[in-house]
Amino acid sequence: MTSDLRTLYRDVILDHSKRPRNLRTLETSRHADGANPLCGDRLTVYVHVENGIILDVSFQGLGCAIAIASASLMTDSVKGKTVAEASSLFTRLEAMITASTDSSVDDLGALSALAGVRRFPVRVKCATLPWHALFAAAAGEKLATTE
Amino acid sequence: MTNGSATLAAAAIRRDFPLLRQRAHGTPLVYLDNAATTQKPQAVIDRLTRYYTEENANVHRGVHWLSDRATGAFEEARATVSRFLNAREPREIVFVRGTTEAINLVTATFGRSHVGPGDEIVISAMEHHSNLVPWQILCEQQGARLRVIPITDAGELDLDAYATLLSDRTRIVSVVHVSNVLGTVNPIEQIVRLAHLRGIPVAVDGAQAVAHTAVDVQALGCDFYAFSAHKMFGPTGIGVLYGTSARLESMPPYQSGGDMIRSVSFERTLYNVPPYRFEAGTPDIAGAVGLAAAIDYLAGIGFERIARIEQDLLTYAIDALSRLPGVRVLGAPAQRAGVLSFLVDGVHAHDVGTVLDREGVAIRAGHHCCQPLMDRLGVPATARASLALYNNRDDIDALAAALQTVRQLFG
Repeated sequence: MTSDLRTLYRDVILDHSKRPRNLRTLETSRHADGANPLCGDRLTVYVHVENGIILDVSFQGLGCAIAIASASLMTDSVKGKTVAEASSLFTRLEAMITASTDSSVDDLGALSALAGVRRFPVRVKCATLPWHALFAAAAGEKLATTE
Repeated sequence: MTNGSATLAAAAIRRDFPLLRQRAHGTPLVYLDNAATTQKPQAVIDRLTRYYTEENANVHRGVHWLSDRATGAFEEARATVSRFLNAREPREIVFVRGTTEAINLVTATFGRSHVGPGDEIVISAMEHHSNLVPWQILCEQQGARLRVIPITDAGELDLDAYATLLSDRTRIVSVVHVSNVLGTVNPIEQIVRLAHLRGIPVAVDGAQAVAHTAVDVQALGCDFYAFSAHKMFGPTGIGVLYGTSARLESMPPYQSGGDMIRSVSFERTLYNVPPYRFEAGTPDIAGAVGLAAAIDYLAGIGFERIARIEQDLLTYAIDALSRLPGVRVLGAPAQRAGVLSFLVDGVHAHDVGTVLDREGVAIRAGHHCCQPLMDRLGVPATARASLALYNNRDDIDALAAALQTVRQLFG
């Protein structure tokens, strides 16, 4: 087995994909579907925002280990943050997984577990899909894609 | 042929495909994504080079020596395709970009002139989006209705249900010859016979059939047959719509422009005869010539031998995959060609695809442009291994070994 595979599918990722956190619906009008038309990942992110603060966030759906783990890690990491803070966190996550070298890895706490995606460019969209759905939901939109 | 010499002959076929000598991620490339596109033999690559080196000019226009050569090569390619399909004559062969365009040509011309409000079109539950969406659009435009032949749990068409779908309102039946997901070989002769009893024409999506079996359009009896060159060792960007002369004659033009006309004035344009009526603009001349080279290459090996190689490999692959714990092969059609979809328990198809890729094994993971079929099978996506004549048991062993890695990683 190549070390790249171990870096991508590290234990934290496998754990979150098999036992996703916040996998439930929320009583909220703010929810958006994220779809990756190329591979068929489909998930819905629910968010409860008050005064710009994400009080609760959850998701439902089907997808690959990377999409599910990313969604699970996302819900844990943005709860209690403002939408603006979540947005800057996503910008840093995106920079980490699309960087051309490992050196730019910045400390993103639990989200750092996704660093291995960098070596698998075709899987970047799996990791970003739940975030696109989160921001669409927060903005009151119903649909998000990674395109 | 003894086993030893069969192995030698198979190795010789593989050597015809230079791309397969490459390595992927540091291991020998195992290419099992042939249903997406096939690799090209040196003979096809050389033929394209020769066309551009010695014969390139525009066709059907020039009075000069070179244009005559290019036209000759292009029309000879049409004759080669005609013999390959056992069509009655070359004018039944229309060059298009691929299967998708061939089907769109039928919906845009036959469809718009023969389908009206309240009419029905019959397709099947195992169609690729390319043999579904064009019909759906036609139905919306014309106020017609799409009827769908269901499939059995084995992954075969339910022919009893098909018979009941045919009615006085049915204007055309359009079905896939070989499923790109399950590999099912559909009984086209039977489907055509039932439709023709009511005078209903039948179109066949042959994209996945042409690399695996000899296709005889007269024996099948179909009215239209569509395929792409790139799935049968030819170039990308060229494909064929076969149509019986009677059907093609009855159809209005597709795209308009040069070559498809007989005479033009500002008052009136007279259209050319088939196949030229449907070939507006400069065609993919090199592509057609390359396709003819691919057909010659296949003829040199022979479909009987190709079928023997592939059926042996398919049996070996089904057996190897079935013995792996947690791996399930989808469908069990009595007749299967070249394609195997499978699932690994608890692991999404994309993750399977990624792990296999790093082990040097190229397969496809996803919905394979068959979302309604995925819904019918109750899965979001599958992993698919698809074979070609250059694959061997080592490729299948590499697939099985890489699937063990999937199990190790995901536990």
